Amino acid sequence: MQALLDSPGLMIVATGLLVGAAAALLGPFLILRRNAMLSDAISHSIVFGIVTVWLLTGAASGPVQILGAALTGVLTVVLTEALAASGRVRDDAAIGLVFPVLFSAGVLLLNLYAREVHIDAHTVLLGEIGFVWLDTVGLAGYQVPNALVWMGAMTAVNAGFVALFWKELKLATFDPVLAHAFGFRPRLMFYLLLFLLSGTAVTAFDAVGAILFVAFVIVPPATAYLLTDRLVAMVLLGVAISAFSTLSGYGVATAWDVSIGGMMAAMTGLCLAAAFLFGPRYGLIAGMRRRAGEAVASETRALVVHLAAHEQGAERAEENVSGAMRSHLGWTKAQARRVLLRGLDEGLVTRDGALLGLTPKGRAEAEALIEPWRRGGG
Amino acid sequence: MSLFALLADYTLQNVAIGAAILGAVSGVLGSFAVLRQQSLVGDALSHAALPGVCLGFLVAGTRDLGWIMAGALGSGGLAALAILGLTRFSRLKTDAAIGAALSIFFAVGVVLLTVIQRRGGASQAGLETFLFGQAAAILRQDLWIMGAIAAAALGAVALFWKEFKLVTFDPVFARTLGLPVAVLEVALTVMVALAVVVGLQMVGVVLMAAMVIAPAVAARQWTRRLGPMVWLAAAIGIGSGIAGALVSALGPGLATGPLIVLSASAAVAVSILFAPGRGIVWEAVERARERRALRGRQVLATLLRLAREHDDPSYPAEQGMLDLYHGLGTRAALERLEGRGQVARTAHMPGEGRHWRLTPAGREEAERVLAEFGGERG
Repeated sequence: MQALLDSPGLMIVATGLLVGAAAALLGPFLILRRNAMLSDAISHSIVFGIVTVWLLTGAASGPVQILGAALTGVLTVVLTEALAASGRVRDDAAIGLVFPVLFSAGVLLLNLYAREVHIDAHTVLLGEIGFVWLDTVGLAGYQVPNALVWMGAMTAVNAGFVALFWKELKLATFDPVLAHAFGFRPRLMFYLLLFLLSGTAVTAFDAVGAILFVAFVIVPPATAYLLTDRLVAMVLLGVAISAFSTLSGYGVATAWDVSIGGMMAAMTGLCLAAAFLFGPRYGLIAGMRRRAGEAVASETRALVVHLAAHEQGAERAEENVSGAMRSHLGWTKAQARRVLLRGLDEGLVTRDGALLGLTPKGRAEAEALIEPWRRGGG
Repeated sequence: MSLFALLADYTLQNVAIGAAILGAVSGVLGSFAVLRQQSLVGDALSHAALPGVCLGFLVAGTRDLGWIMAGALGSGGLAALAILGLTRFSRLKTDAAIGAALSIFFAVGVVLLTVIQRRGGASQAGLETFLFGQAAAILRQDLWIMGAIAAAALGAVALFWKEFKLVTFDPVFARTLGLPVAVLEVALTVMVALAVVVGLQMVGVVLMAAMVIAPAVAARQWTRRLGPMVWLAAAIGIGSGIAGALVSALGPGLATGPLIVLSASAAVAVSILFAPGRGIVWEAVERARERRALRGRQVLATLLRLAREHDDPSYPAEQGMLDLYHGLGTRAALERLEGRGQVARTAHMPGEGRHWRLTPAGREEAERVLAEFGGERG
């Protein structure tokens, strides 16, 4: 057991998995509420909280630090909402005004008073997940990395919160007015969520830094959002995607000897790109194929309706020949040929010399299109 | 160091000129971004500059500002396209797209930073100064590059002023006029990337978002016209740039970025509180003045009604009774009216409290008030 805990690689991956899981549990609710950028604001401004708490109490990690600094995250949201509510600044600008102030103050305090601590400005931004195994505490007779202990606790709290308040969170996210009518306190839910997000950011920032944390909050749930319509699936898929990114990112980073945290976050981006392009329902390629399929189907429909319309009349010899496809339907020669061949393949159209006719199946389809109210009723 | 010696200092001159260039560009371009509700795009583009900075360094092999700026512009533009693509071709909303692009690009930048570090060039290259800015590192030749970019961006704004204005306020109308709206919108976004590039050395990639937003928001409070707003934003940007840069050059270990951002944010706070017509304090003062004026008119009207009821033009009304009429103290209002010569103290019977009567001027005013507000009940 101690051998496992002494293995740096294992500890790094375990911490990464916990950061990813804790963040991806909360991220979906932010994305669905269109408040994703609040995570960016919070993760920047907790720097101010971390430095302030450290200056006041000397605690560089642990519960005091997590609680104290997490309050700064909530303060950011309160200030942002107050600024937006004053009606003088729009929502997006309000976010972009508040967090830089707190972040700047935090960085200046760091530069002035905390030059000796392990939290320098560089760690604040980039984190150093590669060193998590250095800082350990005794727990049940084992030496366990500090980051792992607190990250584990934070993940458990987040999972408990989401599981316990699932119904409330879901309703507050999709229909806050109804949630309010039911007495579910949607605003309280939202603030609790942001408080936990701030706490997670504080706990995770040693490992991945302020900005990479944003990647873990936003990108895996956003990726999951491109793959599913169900909230449960979105949360679970988000956790799975961040686990995959952590593992693959660690592999690539050690192979190339580059930043582990950076590579893990970059891998979430790769997942997003893959879902964006190849997602089965909402992916770019699936969408293009669907549109192409619809275009093909409407061409075939145009052909059978055209043939049905002129089937009885004297103009049949003129209208229902392949040449008329081009002049009357405005198709190119290749297009007319393609549609005609498909109609023959699907057993909708018959050909008798130059003359085109409909099979019973093709006629039924045309009639259903021309007089849809007859369908079924006879 | 005396003020004169400060102004003559070569480095400080560079710093001040650089800060002025940055302030002008970010103020002008930020105005359009804020008005188009694209404030947080600036946040994303500035974070996304990091991988470009690293790539520029890797290509040039040294800390060559030209290459680094080109790289930053390239990766910023790419991030802008990624945001545009994600919002247009997937179901992700703007906030998630911005957050995803911001954090993924930054993660790639972190990975590239370690690549450079491994080559052993980062410390002497001072690439880390691009995170928070280091104004003292600015050279005279850097200023020429910054100035050229700024001139190009500001020239473009001057040249296409009418078009940009129309696209900002009424893109639909602009389209009916046949303007290439999409091209103009992309141009405005890419120009924000230009502002970011100019700010790399002064403010750094992390806090440039604030320089795009803050001067524009501050300027918006003072005027409702685009022209004055842009000029004012440029002035506020220049002022806060110089103020922050000078303070940072004086103190040891003070990063320039946070100080410039705090200066600009202070300008925002002052503007939101005190701007005439729109400021919070201004509005409170105005409201109090109106309340007082209303109280005065009410008291005059009451005195006139009492006078009419008693058929005595100079009917002496007791102050306590007037208090009862209005449900609150009327003394301040009566004394103000007395100062204007519209009421006068009058002796009634000794020991019966203070009495007031209308003067002829006050009666005239009270009749006007009653006529105006339809109060001919008395």
